[in-house]
Amino acid sequence: MSNEKIQAGLDKYNASVEKATAKFPERPNLPEQRLYTPLDIKDTDYADEIGFPGMYPYTRGVQPTMYRGRFWTMRMYAGFSTAAESNKRYRYLIESGATGLSCAFDLPTQIGYDSDDPISEGEVGKVGVAIDSLADMEVLFDQIDLGKVSTSMTINAPASVLLSMYIAVAEKQGVPADQLKGTIQNDILKEYAARGTYIFPPRPSMRLITNIFEYCSKNVPKWNTISISGYHIREAGSTASQEIAFTIADGIAYCEAAIKAGLHIDDFAGRLSFFWNAHNNVLEEVAKFRASRRVWAKVMKERFHAEKPKSMMLRVHTQTAGSMLTAQQPNNNIIRVALQTAAAVMGGTQSLHTNSRDEALALPTEESVMIALRTQQIVAYESGLADVIDPLAGSYYVEALTNKIEKEAWEYIKKIDEIGGAVAAIEKGYIQKEIQDSAYKWQMDVESGAKTIVGVNKFQIEEEPPKGLLKVDASVGVAQCKRLAEMKAKRDNDAVKSALADLKKACQDENENLMPHILNAVRTYATLGEICGVMREVFGEYEAHVNL
Amino acid sequence: MAKVRVLVAKPGLDGHDRGAKVVARALRDAGFEVIYTGLRQTPEQIAEAALQEDVNVVAMSILSGAHPHLFPKVVNLLREKGMDDVLIIGGGVIPETDIPALKEAGIAEVFTPGTPTGDIVDFIKANVK
Repeated sequence: MSNEKIQAGLDKYNASVEKATAKFPERPNLPEQRLYTPLDIKDTDYADEIGFPGMYPYTRGVQPTMYRGRFWTMRMYAGFSTAAESNKRYRYLIESGATGLSCAFDLPTQIGYDSDDPISEGEVGKVGVAIDSLADMEVLFDQIDLGKVSTSMTINAPASVLLSMYIAVAEKQGVPADQLKGTIQNDILKEYAARGTYIFPPRPSMRLITNIFEYCSKNVPKWNTISISGYHIREAGSTASQEIAFTIADGIAYCEAAIKAGLHIDDFAGRLSFFWNAHNNVLEEVAKFRASRRVWAKVMKERFHAEKPKSMMLRVHTQTAGSMLTAQQPNNNIIRVALQTAAAVMGGTQSLHTNSRDEALALPTEESVMIALRTQQIVAYESGLADVIDPLAGSYYVEALTNKIEKEAWEYIKKIDEIGGAVAAIEKGYIQKEIQDSAYKWQMDVESGAKTIVGVNKFQIEEEPPKGLLKVDASVGVAQCKRLAEMKAKRDNDAVKSALADLKKACQDENENLMPHILNAVRTYATLGEICGVMREVFGEYEAHVNL
Repeated sequence: MAKVRVLVAKPGLDGHDRGAKVVARALRDAGFEVIYTGLRQTPEQIAEAALQEDVNVVAMSILSGAHPHLFPKVVNLLREKGMDDVLIIGGGVIPETDIPALKEAGIAEVFTPGTPTGDIVDFIKANVK
């Protein structure tokens, strides 16, 4: 059909709609256009913009066969209480068919404090597992073969320390570092912008990150050295376009820092990975995944002149949107997660964590986690969504939306370039303010009824308080402190002292890669708090400034 | 009547401040004077800020599960400083079963996920001294 013919048909259709909407007005707050046709994508060049899976610009996916080769990694984020307790949960997940591990650490661990630090009081073991030293890490991975499993660790400011602990546990298991597979989040920029577990100021933080890139490219080559995360930016309230734009801007900043430190783009870019949110609007999310791959491929090729295909591939882990879970009628969350899973899969994710129904209330119970994992398995094996690669390609709407999100992302990236890059944009509070404004708009839309959340502002019922929630006992903190004291009494404290002194010297010399020094300190059972304490002394701490 | 002054505070190590910031802005839009502490405040810092800023309300947000420990600590410090009239409220991911103990400890009301910001505004207007 020619475009003229389509246009004539569309005009006729629009005329008929005018009559229909006079009688039955459409729902407000919907996207501008009610219908998409070939005219909406007439300028999209298939070969250049959409292309083929495993080929530039990777709109249709990063691997040539996608889920026909193998499914995404079903990776459930877990960790709470003590290392022994979390080890049990990990082994339960592996027995239930999870294909990768994902470690959640408690807040003191994420911010580089030991469990016995006064500031840790009340937080030990609460949102993740407490890790104070190599001794805890040994227990966390007890009877789990690090040569076989791939492990993702949500750790940022002290990522170098936790990665060193993982390498040291592997050494004890007899697994060489070059066999280790996994990911550290290691994305400090989004901590300043959205997630809040920063320690050091941006400059030394960027140095730690590039030190890790360099060290791993030589010693831990299968490790994903960073997971550049939009997830938390979205959770903090951003839109879909802002999520990918701010994250890719962060990615650009990491590449620039690494290049400035003397690395070549193709030596580290292939180990960069990303982390997206799977939110409620299914088709918008699918378009977001597709657009993000295209933007990143172009950034790598055109801006950084990468040559290796791997450097241009946006490989992504996904988590369903925690902020979209409701405390009201929590079983409804199972349905939300199923739809978000469908979006992530049709978007072509490489791995996925599905949230549990009770997470707006507490950490999930084993039963809830099982339902969340089964959701992935049902989508994989029963739904047919994973049978054909990029099944929504060619949909007038999804292609047009992919183009629109890409365009909006480029506009933000340009704006951030003008401000001086992601680091400057964060220091000036620009990114934070954009996210806050979107979060406030969302809340006001929910409160005005412009946005409906089932069970929250519509279809509410009287409910009994939920039963059987998981509770982390306050005694966990006491037990963990006792364990730490016992470990400190047993270790060679002279070796610890000298390793920490050596690390301090290395911190003061900007040209020194800190990784070998941190690994040495970890091997002596120096604690996370001691190691980060040395770095705090030299690097100082970041102070946030908030503009409401 | 003088404007009601509210300190919105994030005690503990929790970095989730979407809720705190949305509430802070909604309270400001409702006509209150709002001061936001930023992340990672110790109970001592919060009590000191409340005193310095001479606030009528302290509104705390925690999503990490540390509320049973940190909320009562702030209440006690405020009372020690003689701020007996300050209205203290809390919010975040807080299980129903924890709420009675928090109220007993002096938290006037606990707002859980899904609460419209208007409810918080109304509560403050009705209860502030």
